Amino acid sequence: MNILIYLIPIALLLGLLGLAAFVWSLKSGQYDDLEGAAHRILMDDDDVSEAEDDR
Amino acid sequence: MGQQTISDNARLHSAVEPQSSGYETLVQTNDDGLYVLSVLVSGVHCAGCIQKIESSLAREQGIRGVRLNFSTRRLALEWEGTFEQANAYVAIIEALGYSVQPYDIDVEKSEIFKEERFLLLCLGVAGFAMGNVMLLSVGLWSTTTETMGIATRDFMHWVSALIALPTILFSGRPFFRSAIKALSAGHTNMDVPISLALVLAGGMSLFETVNHGEHVYFDSAVMLIFFLLIGRYLDFRARKNARSTATDLLSSLSGFANVVGGGGFVGNTNRILIRDLEEGMIVRVAAGEKFPIDGFIIDGESDIDTSLVTGETMPRTVCVGAEIFAGTLNLSAPVTIKVAAAAEDSLLADIVRLMEKAGQGQAQYVRLADRAARLYTPVVHSCAVLAFIGWWIVGGLVWQDALMVSITVLIITCPCALGLAVPVVQVLATGRLMREGILVKSGDALERLSDIDTVMFDKTGTLTLGQPTLDGVYDNDMMQMAASLTAHSAHPLSRALSDAYDGVLYGVSNVEEISGKGVRADYNGQLIKIGSRAWCGDMDVPQSKALELWLNIAGQPPVAFRFIDHVHKDAAEVVEKFIKNGIDVVMLSGDRQAVADDIARQCGIFKVYAEQTPTQKYDVLERFKRDGHKVLMVGDGLNDAPVLAGADVSFAPGTAIDMAQNAADIVFMGGKLHPVYATYKVANLTQKLVKQNFALAVLYNMIAVPLALAGFVTPLIAAVAMSGSSLIVIANSFRLRFSA
Repeated sequence: MNILIYLIPIALLLGLLGLAAFVWSLKSGQYDDLEGAAHRILMDDDDVSEAEDDR
Repeated sequence: MGQQTISDNARLHSAVEPQSSGYETLVQTNDDGLYVLSVLVSGVHCAGCIQKIESSLAREQGIRGVRLNFSTRRLALEWEGTFEQANAYVAIIEALGYSVQPYDIDVEKSEIFKEERFLLLCLGVAGFAMGNVMLLSVGLWSTTTETMGIATRDFMHWVSALIALPTILFSGRPFFRSAIKALSAGHTNMDVPISLALVLAGGMSLFETVNHGEHVYFDSAVMLIFFLLIGRYLDFRARKNARSTATDLLSSLSGFANVVGGGGFVGNTNRILIRDLEEGMIVRVAAGEKFPIDGFIIDGESDIDTSLVTGETMPRTVCVGAEIFAGTLNLSAPVTIKVAAAAEDSLLADIVRLMEKAGQGQAQYVRLADRAARLYTPVVHSCAVLAFIGWWIVGGLVWQDALMVSITVLIITCPCALGLAVPVVQVLATGRLMREGILVKSGDALERLSDIDTVMFDKTGTLTLGQPTLDGVYDNDMMQMAASLTAHSAHPLSRALSDAYDGVLYGVSNVEEISGKGVRADYNGQLIKIGSRAWCGDMDVPQSKALELWLNIAGQPPVAFRFIDHVHKDAAEVVEKFIKNGIDVVMLSGDRQAVADDIARQCGIFKVYAEQTPTQKYDVLERFKRDGHKVLMVGDGLNDAPVLAGADVSFAPGTAIDMAQNAADIVFMGGKLHPVYATYKVANLTQKLVKQNFALAVLYNMIAVPLALAGFVTPLIAAVAMSGSSLIVIANSFRLRFSA
């Protein structure tokens, strides 16, 4: 059972990492436009990325 | 084409001032020192639109960020340089064919926006906690205390407590807040028993953990929060788009108007926000523009399309002194008007006020879920109290054990299934309708739709196509000559005639459009006129109900072209289907009685209210509602907006003006009337499934509550029962996808 001493903190840490990623994505506004995200995946976004490269 | 025509056209075009100016006043600066502008872009329908707009702006100099939010139609622009560039950027979007409106940036920081993020955050935290607590719980369930030893079990309980207690405090806030609000107002809601169960489950589990007990419900408590938050979030998303009457409406007053400086007729015009217009100001309105405000014409003569305000199809000719209303469309020539009342006193504003009043009447609707909650709370609480008293006094247990039974009753009856019953079905139903081109803006609209017993249809643009089309067959030579003239006019009848003819046009010269009369031109030295009966028609021919244009070639008898506003092909069918379902069908129209009666007969409607002003339309609705009817309104115009807002549930076609679409609960696309009935059908199915879900939830409680009362419930049974009941309800909701 001693293995639990390592495994439980590791499991919790991984979970917390996931939670932190979720909170980050929420704060950076990735859930603000769920409908648009569904459409954007189909976009051929070469034009936009070119412009972004220019920066 | 004659010289006259070209200069005529040039004059018309120069009269239309560029729309994209004045935006520099709305520019703000952000933390990075960039200029930011938020505008609403209408006409965005697909991925192509997003890409087209974003990529053409991203190519511009100075642009640092461009993002179009598809859900809110809001375009956020960031750039460096000068703030006047705003107008250039807006012009680019308009050149792509999208219309742009100023947008209040404060909406971004609104409560609704924050609330949605808050719920998602709580949901995420609860999901994380549930996964990790379950990990430990599976270990606890799969072995016995004898195998793993009390110390290990306690350790796992403590870890669970470490995760679950902060989660309850953090993610339980939506429920705690709402419960406290309800209690301090002196009544209860669904969140009171939920909060109580959460607090007691957490408290009791902590107590058990400290005392090395085995009745630890951390997993159940966290699962409870997770499932309930899913329901809460879906419900919130379904409802947040609900009709937002006042703010949206006033934003339609947020465009610009061309004000003539110094009160003169000539000179430069200033673009100012419509809401800043004051009485007595002089405003120029170009052909093709909407009148921004109520006023009187002081210069110019034109035809105006009043269909938005009165519902009449036929344009009205106006000259100096005529009163015009905000929202009507200037068709043929630029005019100058004197503002009669500030924006907040205009007819449009009156309609806004009517709509606000109508919206308040709306709020009285009590949703099925809330009605269930009212029944649920007292029943559950009395069960818990009975369990405590029963086991303590009658059953002879020590009070701690009796309290334990009582708390398990509260935990196991917690309304996961009840909380999911409505939102899951509604989200699935709105998703299904969305794929059919029907946008349901508020989740409970479907619930209200299933209750209706009266349908009110607007005439113009709803039952009919909303635009005149040529009726009958005409001689080809005559068509060619007529179309050659009408090609030079923007009058709706001219356009309808041009649409009906697709051959070669004659080159006519000296074209002149005379407001309220028609178009005249020369062809091979002959004078040709096309226009009203009084101007160039034959007064002796008996008047028909149809709209007409007369073609008069010098030396020949005039020829009449007749136009009618066609009824939607499926209008009669839809009306018949509603009547078969025992629903009363009524028609409201601002048009003349004879025209309205004719359309009503074609659709099979027997109750007609014609010649109604917007206020009268609203009064008709009030009368029906007072008589206890549940009314569905279908309409597309400004004159319908108050009725749309006040009706129990309302539809607007996708071709309707923005204001009507905002006021309606449901917007349908596709140029047919059938979606109204199809949505009604789906709404009935939705309601059936919701009721089944409630029945399942009750059934579950009928099994679980006696078990809990008898004291047989263990943490494992509680977890299985709660997740099981939630999953069954979700599975039942998904039947909506597969049924016709």
